[in-house]
Amino acid sequence: MVIDTRVCKKHEPCEECIKACHHAHNVPLIPNKKHEIKWIWKEEFEHAFPDTAHEYLDEYLHDREFIVLCNHCEHPPCVRVCPTQATFKREDGIVMMDMHRCIGCRFCMAACPYGSRSFNWEDPRPYIKNPNPRYPTRMKGVVEKCTFCTERLAEGKLPACVEACKHGAIMVGDLADPHSEINKVLREHFTLRRKVHLGTGPSVFYII
Amino acid sequence: MHDAGKVIPGIIAFVLFVTVPFWTNFGKAAPKPQPELPKEYKKCVESKEFMRREHMKLLRKWRYDVVRNNMRVYINSEGRLINMSLQNECLRCHTSKKKFCDVCHDYVAAHPYCWNCHIPPEEKKGWATKEVKSLTEEASSKQPASHH
Repeated sequence: MVIDTRVCKKHEPCEECIKACHHAHNVPLIPNKKHEIKWIWKEEFEHAFPDTAHEYLDEYLHDREFIVLCNHCEHPPCVRVCPTQATFKREDGIVMMDMHRCIGCRFCMAACPYGSRSFNWEDPRPYIKNPNPRYPTRMKGVVEKCTFCTERLAEGKLPACVEACKHGAIMVGDLADPHSEINKVLREHFTLRRKVHLGTGPSVFYII
Repeated sequence: MHDAGKVIPGIIAFVLFVTVPFWTNFGKAAPKPQPELPKEYKKCVESKEFMRREHMKLLRKWRYDVVRNNMRVYINSEGRLINMSLQNECLRCHTSKKKFCDVCHDYVAAHPYCWNCHIPPEEKKGWATKEVKSLTEEASSKQPASHH
């Protein structure tokens, strides 16, 4: 996935992608910050790229909001630590959750350096205003995160955030295919990834 | 035996008391569960007998195939293709959890946890929601990551 943050900057405070994702997957809106659930959200530069940020950062980057989500890492630490293999890496590279197997131990949350995972401290249902009847909710005691819309990919659709972005700021494609459009975009632009030095191999790229 | 006159009637009284549920229900059978079948659909995924006996195993296999193997189409014994989904396929015909699933599950005191997450048709309009001040703006913007 490539996110063109220049486009996001132009259309602030747009958050169509967040709304679309959270509606499609019945993500609850819990006011208590300690209990909140998020699949895709906004972050400041210094939080999204702490190893790149410094105190003399230019205003252009400092004031910009970055869309962050699960990076679907090449070497996902969450998968290594999961004792029940509830989270696993699919052949196509998507880091998937099997909610039926999650025992809520939260090792994956400790392992993920991106904070991409949220734990259900309480029943999420009372916090879902307009549930999407085609997708399940979660229950108290499981961890959840972005699944790259596997249910939509299976139907030949794009992920909900990509489809919802009217300005075309988010793009997905096959990184393994050297001729794919996404590889072309990556060749032509300077991009950043989050916390690359940790060796997780994040698959979400940011055009700065 | 000392006090046999008290001990033996005592034992008899105790046995009678413990087996009271058997005597009160003797000869009476609880009514057989009658799940309501969809009227406009005649054929389920497999035969009625198979579904009655094996539906839990079938659903477990579907769950494994869909979530872990990304296989979403089931081919039944007649060669018909079926979308493997409890919420979007099974409940398309079976429009009531209360009148279908619960009837037998309650009878045999089975408590499958499908509905902790999957949304039964009765609840598709939503749940009693707790009051939340504003929309996603508040939850998603201008805040440090909570898990770092």
